[in-house]
Order: sequence, then C-alpha cells, then structure tokens
Amino acid sequence: MLNRQGRPTQAGEASHEEHLTFTGNKALQQIEPLIFEIGHHETTGVDIEKPAPFKSRLGKHARQGEIGLPGLSEPEAMRHYVRLSQKNYGIDTGLFPLGSCTMKHNARLNEKMARLPGFSDVHPLQPLSTVPGALELMLELANYLMTLTGMPAVALSPKAGAHGEACGMMAIKAAIEAKGEGATRNVVLVPESAHGTNPATAALIGFSVKAVPARPDGTVAVEDVKALLGPDIAAIMLTNPNTCGIFEPQIVEIAAAMHEAGAYFYCDGANFNAIVGKARPGDLGVDAMHINLHKTFSTPHGGGGPGAGPVVLSERLAPFAPVPFIHVEDGGKLHLIESREEAPEGNKPFGRMTAFHGQMGMYVRALAYMLSHGSDGMRQASEDAVLNANYIRAGLADLMSLPFPDHPSMHEVLFDDEWLKGSGVSTLDFAKAMIDEGYHPMTVYFPLVVHGAMLIEPTESESKASLDLFIATLRDLAMAAKGNDKERFTSAPHHAPIRRLDETRAARQPVLKWEKPAPAKVAAE
Amino acid sequence: MRYLPLTDTDREDMLARVGVSDIDALFSDVPAGKLLKGPVDLPRARGEIEVERILGKMAGRNTAASAVPFFVGAGAYKHHVPATVDHLIQRSEFLTSYTPYQPEIAQGTLQYLFEFQTQVAALTGMEVANASMYDGSTGTGEAVLMAHRVTRRRKAVLSGGLHPHYTDVVKTLSEMANDEVVALKADVSANEDILSQIDDSVSCIVVQSPDVFGNLRDLKPIAEKAHAHGALLIAVFTEVISLGAVVPPGAEDADIVVGEGQSIGNALNFGGPYVGLFAAKSKYIRQMPGRLCGETVDSTGQRGFVLTLSTREQHIRRDKATSNICTNSGLCVLAFTIHMTLLGQSGLTRLAEVNHANAVKLADLLAGVKGVSVLNESFFNEFTVKLPKPAAEVVEALAEKGVLGGVPVSRLMPGAGLDDLLLVASTEVNTDDDRAAFAKALAEVL
Repeated sequence: MLNRQGRPTQAGEASHEEHLTFTGNKALQQIEPLIFEIGHHETTGVDIEKPAPFKSRLGKHARQGEIGLPGLSEPEAMRHYVRLSQKNYGIDTGLFPLGSCTMKHNARLNEKMARLPGFSDVHPLQPLSTVPGALELMLELANYLMTLTGMPAVALSPKAGAHGEACGMMAIKAAIEAKGEGATRNVVLVPESAHGTNPATAALIGFSVKAVPARPDGTVAVEDVKALLGPDIAAIMLTNPNTCGIFEPQIVEIAAAMHEAGAYFYCDGANFNAIVGKARPGDLGVDAMHINLHKTFSTPHGGGGPGAGPVVLSERLAPFAPVPFIHVEDGGKLHLIESREEAPEGNKPFGRMTAFHGQMGMYVRALAYMLSHGSDGMRQASEDAVLNANYIRAGLADLMSLPFPDHPSMHEVLFDDEWLKGSGVSTLDFAKAMIDEGYHPMTVYFPLVVHGAMLIEPTESESKASLDLFIATLRDLAMAAKGNDKERFTSAPHHAPIRRLDETRAARQPVLKWEKPAPAKVAAE
Repeated sequence: MRYLPLTDTDREDMLARVGVSDIDALFSDVPAGKLLKGPVDLPRARGEIEVERILGKMAGRNTAASAVPFFVGAGAYKHHVPATVDHLIQRSEFLTSYTPYQPEIAQGTLQYLFEFQTQVAALTGMEVANASMYDGSTGTGEAVLMAHRVTRRRKAVLSGGLHPHYTDVVKTLSEMANDEVVALKADVSANEDILSQIDDSVSCIVVQSPDVFGNLRDLKPIAEKAHAHGALLIAVFTEVISLGAVVPPGAEDADIVVGEGQSIGNALNFGGPYVGLFAAKSKYIRQMPGRLCGETVDSTGQRGFVLTLSTREQHIRRDKATSNICTNSGLCVLAFTIHMTLLGQSGLTRLAEVNHANAVKLADLLAGVKGVSVLNESFFNEFTVKLPKPAAEVVEALAEKGVLGGVPVSRLMPGAGLDDLLLVASTEVNTDDDRAAFAKALAEVL
C-alpha cells in the first residue's frame, strides 16, 4: 500500500491472502500510516496569529532550518488517532486479566474530578496561599493511605511503583546510615519470585542483592530468611500478597526476624489491592511499602502510565521521608515543606525524588475512587477481587495445572504450562489464541519461578456472567490445545488488526524512529 | 456500591462453587489476629453527587491559572491545549489500556510511541529517543546514571543553571549510590566556569538551556571539552517549546538530551503527571533507561510495532538492568504526540515565536517599572528580574491583587541569598491586558 506521497506504508511484502482489498483495509480494521507519511511540514491543526514585529532576544541561539515535523489538520489528526485507538484493547473493551498489573474499571468520575480547573490548572510553584485546596487534597489522600495501611507516615511524591520502591529503600538506607551502619549493611534480600523492579531498585541505590529461594509451595520460609541474616543485611524486599498470588503465611515471623537482626522490611505493595480493608501492612511489621495508585485505586494507566507510587513508612523510617511533604502547623494551617533546609525539627529528609510535588492528577483520581467506595466498598472490592480469582481457579483447575494448589489464591490465580506438555502449544500460543476470542491475554511467563506461567487477575470489576463466559472460553481453548488443533494456537492471533509480530527482528535490527525512505530504495522494493 | 457488579446471590453461589463457607476462608493465610473484623475507620461509600461536592469544594479553594493574569514558570508552563487532545486521550481504548505487552492488540499505543520517539528525536536533533520518562527531573537523574555506565566513571558536574529540583533529584540518587556530584553555585549571569571542572575523572556535564534563570546557553564549547576528556554532555530543557525557536542540543553535539514535555499537550496538574523526554546518540541505545518501541513486521510481512531491546530492562536483567523503570508516561506521551502532530513544524515554530514575542514585550514592560531590572541578555519565554524587595513578599502581594506574577528564586533556592530575584514566564496565553495588569500591580506593590 502506498501513502499519498507514493511511499509504501509497510516495511515488508504482505501476502496476497491478506490483501483482499485494494487499500489493504478490512472494513473497520484499517491500515493507518504514520503521521510522517501523511503529514506535511506546512500543515497545521492549530491557528496561532503571527505576532507583530518585535526585536528578538534569542541572540545567536535562534534556530535555523527545518525541524522535520509533519503537521496534520484537525480533522486529519482526529481521524488518525481515532483509528489508532481502534487498534488497542482496553479494560472498557473487555476483560483484561493481566495479573500483577491489575486492570480494573476506570471510573469516569475520577477523570471528571481530575479535570476540575482547581486541580488541573494550578501550577506547582504558584503561591501556597492560592492553593489551600490542593494541599488539603494531598493531606486527605495521605490520611486515607495511612489509615488503610496502618502506617504512621507517607511520602506521596514518587511517580510510579518502581520509583516508590526506590523511595522506600532510600529511606531504609538513610536510617541505616543514621545509625552509622552504612558501610556494613549493604545487602538486600530479594526472593526469586520478586518483580524485576525489586533487585533493580536495590542495585540502583548501591545495595547488592542476595536471592531468597522460593519454597515448593510458592512462599518464602522464615527459616530460609533467617539462614541469610547477618550484620551485612540491610533489608528484605518481599511482595505481599506475593507474585504467585499467595498471601505470605509467615510474613509476621519474617518481619520479626528482620527487625531482630537490625534490618528492615520493605514490602512491595503492588498487590495491595487484594487486602485493602482486610489486613493492614502496619500490623504485619512492614517498615516501608509503595502503593501503585493505578492498581489499587484505579487511576488509568493508558498504555504504560502515568503511574503514581506513594510510600507508607513506619515510625522508624518516618523522619527520613523525602521532600516535599505537608506539614500541619499549630492552628491547623497546612504548609508544604519543599526543601531539607525548611524541614521542621525531628525530620531528616533523605532528599527529593522528583521536581515539584508528585502526581497530583493521580492523587485526585485515587481519592475520588476512595471516596466513592468508602471503607465498606474498598473492603468489599478486595473480597470480590479475591472471590473472582478463586472462582476462575475453581472453574479451570481440572483442565489447567496449578503449581501451588496448597494455598488459596488471592486476587490473582497462577497456572503453569505443565498441562500443555506434549501438545506443541506454548503459553504464548495459548495467550495469542485468547486474542482471537476477544480477550486480552493474562500475564505470561511471570513469575519466573514457574515454568510457562499464566497469571490471571480478573479484579472486582467483573460480573459473574463475565467470569462464566471467560471460564467457558478458556475451557474450550484448553480442550482444543490438548486435542489436535495446534495450528489454531501456533498461528494465532488470526483476528487481530495485525498477525503475530517478529520481536526478534525488532531487537536485532532496531528501528526506533521513522526515517524518510531514500528514493532509490523505494524503487528497489 | 455502583462499581461492584457482584450481587449477594452471586457471591453465595460463587463461594459454594469455590467450596468455602465464607469469604474469610480465602484469607486463611493471613496470620491469626491480623485479619480485620470490619471496615477501617474511614467514611462509608458516597454517591457521585457527594464526591463531586467534596472534591469540587477543595478544587474551588485553589486559584486556577486561567482565571488570572498568570506568569508562573520555572519548569512547568501554562499553555493552551487544543480541545482535540483531551478528547482523544479519553478514548477508552487509549485511556484504559495497559503497557503494550501483547503488541497485536496494542498497535494504537505502540504506533503513537513510535511517532513520539521520532518527534522527540527531530525536536532535539538527536538520533534516537525513548518512549518517555516520568518527567524531566527523574529523566535527568537517569541520564546521569546512564553517563556513568557509558563512561565507567562516577562523577557528575551540574551547572548552577540547572533547575534546583533537578539538581536535588540527581543528588539524591547519587548520594545513595555513593557517586560523586559537583553542583556549581547558582549564577544568574550564566557566566559560571564550567569548563575548568572538566577533566578525565568526570563522566558527564549537565547543562540546562534555557537555564533556570531563563538564559540561553552555549553548549558547543562544553561538548567539545567534555568529549576531549571522554565525558558526555547532558543537555536539559524544561520548556520544550523553546526547541521551536532555538538551536537544538543535538546540533551542539550533546550526547544525551533530556527534558520536560509538559508544555505540549499536558496540563499543569500542580506538578504532575508530566512527561520526560529522553534522547541520545544511537551508539548509546543499549545503555538507555526505560522503554523503547521499535518497528518490525508480522507473520504476513505487514509493518507493526513492538516494545524492544528489553534485554536492557529490569524484568530480564534484574539487578543488572539499565534502570528499575517498568513504565513510561504513556497517556501523557499520547497527549504530547497529538498536540505536536496538530502543531507540526509550522505550528510549533509559530507558537515558539509568539511565546518569545510575548516574553520580550513583558520584559520591556517590566523593565519600565521603577526599581525593576531584567537580568538576562538572551532568553526564550522566561527571564529573571531583580526587585528592590524580597520577591516572595512581592509575589504574595501580587496574588492579593489577583496577579500570579512568577516564582521567587528564594522558593527554589532557599538560603542562596537571591531573595530579590523573581522568575517570570510568559506564554501564548498572556494578553496585552494581562501584561498591563502585571506591570501596574507590580508598580503598586513595590
């Protein structure tokens, strides 16, 4: 297919059966060229009046020559991006059972609230006297997070879960240094089953990482942790509920063992949504835990973010919380502490995680979600998420294999590929066949401790009818996979806007931006 | 509860199917005594009307930028965003999608990431760009770490013109990892002697242009000396629209370019979410942090896009990864890309011209106020003025008169002895009336 400049819009030759139509389009599944192929450097979709002549103050820094950015008129841009949107699956499209990532209903009320000019159209550095409501909102969100976790302090500013991990581990490092143990306590324990962000975070801030083995039942044993403890251990980074979807039964003993050894307990709170209103990390002995607002409190994560990763801190770590933070002055007036120099007595902020105050837009959405659910609704949401996961487990356990059958699943249920042995169908093939059925696949090949992992998280957003259809679909697919219908899987997806993509080629010959095709090259193709 | 689809009858049926008597049987791994008996001490569920009332009240206590003459910048800028942008990013398929782990049903996200990478590379004059960072400040921290990996050195030199919050983010990261940071003293005249800091022990020089005081900086001599000593030049910007008017850092031989993209497509949001732009020379792609989107083909030969070079990333390399980042700012990237597509080269150039023209007009006007002097020789849409009084007091007094008149330098750099300096930003949204109101109010409060 050629664009209006006569250039091909495809990198390779499409096969004939795929080209049933002259345009290559299939009704609503349309091939959409890049803006660089349809736009023009003179075209613009905004009307901005030319300024009256003035004397430039750019000096010798004025830009010369082309930038190389095409423009589209407003209708062209609208059509381009609407068409692109139609090539995406979202939680509003259907069930999105991405375990460990969590896709739950994104209430539009949250969007409406975040767009109130008093939140969206305020500058982080305008006088604090002109933003009392923004400070109040931050304090209110902090209170909700502290109450739900049973923790005495919170750092709001981290911009994503992994950023929150760094924040929590920095607070731990600062506390260790304050005790004069900075030179010796430099090893962090991380279970094999942990998110890759955990070891990466520990390494980022100068710790070395020691792995804790996983027990055959998918949990971490306090004896294994104790065997590794010594004066060099700074902390453990433990996910709870863990990445296998199991609540760590020995978590209280593990926390106690860490504290006894003079070390800290960092809890990866990615799966906090399983226990909101049911159990409080503060009661379990946690020293620091990040909360992914998008996972637990339903802020949208459109295609990879923005996230937000507030961190709750124990009494021992609270003084080290980074700036900025809200300080309630005598008389109840709210003040924002923006630098270490201004920190009130008793605070020893370890530094700053980001410019300004963090993800205000996400705070508003999360608080709107919390207010909407209330304490009763948040508790019910956790229970429903757990019930839904176990309902799927009950519906599939006779056909698909459970690596850890001895523990109830929390909000997500983990299968492995043992049941696919000999079928010639891989976990990835199975996932791609789900696409043909109109479902976003589950999380695949994670956690790494299980071979061919399939991690299904339905969340509380799904109705029983929706779960029943999902279970029936997976049962049908599972039986087909175990039967002789290998082709249905290995060449899936058949009904997506695009067929299976060559990821190896993308990595071996990286093409990371559009380049104007050389005329000779076009002719040769 | 309006968001929860299960009925009590459903719950009973499902518990029976699961084979447990009550829901708490599924929480049996929670240690004895740690399972809460009832809801925590927070208010019960509220309907839409009440949530709107509660949050509306809080929002109403804040002064919105569009409600007053507004000149606040210092790393975040008030610009006009076309209505189309916010409409499109709220399309369900964009808003409610996740990281594109299944590329066949995420081509919408992947294609706009590819378009974004191409736009950012073109804007900065660099060879490659990633699919965004959290924001400009954290991106700067990552750029320093990347320079350490490339050069195998661990000492960064930061210009005194770098936004102090950015400096603090770099310092926080570096202090934790026991890396060395030399942060030069703030110097509003931009005459700091950065060249003398460069030697064979330095991994990178970090310079912002326009700098935090608004000065446009000459990067080329710094790049030259850095390269002669095996160090990298990291060029930073906080106002991306400046790239429509000034020489891009790539043309001055920067090695890594990082900046804040909030100005294009994204609201002020009291500081976030924003979108970090990150570009580099292509020889460094395997050392870049964050996500990358690449072009490939499907099994029929049709072009498609995937996340790629994931062997740099935390989920593969764990403690050896280039960063711990596992997301980007997807939706903010989308807003950026759509707005940039609407602008195109001609629109961006015009927008930059209007920003600069408005700033020049404002600088001339303020310079005419008794006791006020403009300190910059060259600037884009932000400049520094010296006042006869502490700027923090002046800004409060202006706010009482209904003008948000800039950022006191003392708020960014407490204790630096620069209390009489005020950073003033102007964009396309300011009118002649706004400027006149500012100048009048300033004359009154001084």
